[in-house]
Amino acid sequence: MDNLTFIAEILLPALLTGLVVTIQLIVVSAPFGILAGIGVAVGRTYGGKIPSFLCKVFVMFVKGCPLLLLLFILYFTLPSIGITFTAFQASVIGFIMCNAAYNSEYIRGAIKSVKEGQIIAARSLGMTKYQSIFYIVLPQALRRAIPGLSNEFIYLIKYSSLAFMLTLVELTGAGKLIATKYFTYTETFIFVGAIYLVLVTITTIGAGMIEKKYAIPGAQGR
Amino acid sequence: MSDEEYILRVEDIHKKYGNSEVLKGVSFNVKKGETLVFIGPSGTGKSTLLRCINQLTVPEQGNVYLRDEEVTNSGAGINYFRQKIGMVFQNFCLFDHLSAVRNVEIALIKVRGMKPEEAREKALYELRQVGMEEWAEHYPAELSGGQAQRVSIARALAMDPDVILFDEPTSALDPELTREVLEVMKKLAQAGMTMLVVTHEMGFACNVANRILFMENGKIVEEGSPTDLLENNESSRTRQFVGGLVMGED
Ligand SMILES: Nc1ncnc2c1ncn2[C@@H]1O[C@H](COP(=O)(O)OP(=O)(O)OP(=O)(O)O)[C@@H](O)[C@H]1O
Ligand SMILES: [Mg+2]
Repeated sequence: MDNLTFIAEILLPALLTGLVVTIQLIVVSAPFGILAGIGVAVGRTYGGKIPSFLCKVFVMFVKGCPLLLLLFILYFTLPSIGITFTAFQASVIGFIMCNAAYNSEYIRGAIKSVKEGQIIAARSLGMTKYQSIFYIVLPQALRRAIPGLSNEFIYLIKYSSLAFMLTLVELTGAGKLIATKYFTYTETFIFVGAIYLVLVTITTIGAGMIEKKYAIPGAQGR
Repeated sequence: MSDEEYILRVEDIHKKYGNSEVLKGVSFNVKKGETLVFIGPSGTGKSTLLRCINQLTVPEQGNVYLRDEEVTNSGAGINYFRQKIGMVFQNFCLFDHLSAVRNVEIALIKVRGMKPEEAREKALYELRQVGMEEWAEHYPAELSGGQAQRVSIARALAMDPDVILFDEPTSALDPELTREVLEVMKKLAQAGMTMLVVTHEMGFACNVANRILFMENGKIVEEGSPTDLLENNESSRTRQFVGGLVMGED
């Protein structure tokens, strides 16, 4: 079998199947990672003592715990107390937790950078605290958090490969299996790497477009 | 004089920050359509007083009544009173991510629950009142300070307030821009809006104010018509202070 046939008939179909799983992991995890990130950031900033403390503990736990260990706990430890997840579910939950924790740090920083007068003006018009947060503070903070959030999205693309450690054959896993079976490490990993590069590039371009679309006229360099 | 004639009553307001008492019992009444100007040295509690009126700052003691309804101790009801007590800030505080017209209409939609089309129409009407209709689609960062301040006045007006509080509305502006904002405020006063204005603009105070209240050390120490305080009384504290302002001694 020559190189070209191997690539076209064995490698690419296998990687494509893995890529589909990788994309599923990302598409399911990212939106919840952002939503939960917003929730944690708001909870920490405005939540009062107990919610704020709980959010802080959550972030510290995720920061302090290696993602792989978190995945192992979700997949291998929780069944012992009667909670069972499929490999896909466990991966997604782990990714959402990780993504949310780091997103929340970017969003929290951005919330702090919104001028205090914005909330005061909103309250002076009769908005409740939560109305001022949702209609005035968050729209400004999220715009400023876009570069950080896109960074986290890129990390998510890459750490999604850890799902392979829970037996889920995503892109990296598919590559690994082919490489071992056919002893084609070089070709295979070049292709795998190139596909990740494409995903990351698309994300970077997409984030740039979103940032531009939502840029506030006249407020360059903010 | 019966209470009904006063649209706003402020009774014995006390406010402390830590150990320092910033307001030491401030009381005054405002009739509908009156313009009151507050002047006084820096740090005497003028801003704190305005913020106690709409409860952005909560005083330890004292009461505020709007049309005989208590604003202080009103719980969640405060969000209703804040619509009726507009506020205009020194640095405008327009919502940076919203165009001028969105700035004016957002509270109409979110707080009053007005339909978007209706709110837009009202917002454009208020912008017209302050000469900013052509700038409706522009964002705060694209406006001059004077234009931004006029939009923020329109934003307060949109809620149909009974009273508007102005905290040094022109202090961040060049003389040229100050004039255009004072013009708008004068027009408002003439149209019968009730206004409480903290300012150092003595021209405005003399021409527009019904009463000047001079504050010092957390108290109102003098109160009267501009003529009483500035012309008839040679030795008034207000006159000494204003003299200092003119001669740059403040
Ligand atoms: N949030 C706060 N915490 C602590 N102290 C405060 C706070 N706000 C105001 N003060 C203090 O209260 C005093 C009165 O402040 P305020 O801003 O009301 O004065 P002002 O008359 O408006 O002065 P200016 O003319 O400079 O605006 C000042 O000494 C100020 O330092
Ligand atoms: Mg002040």
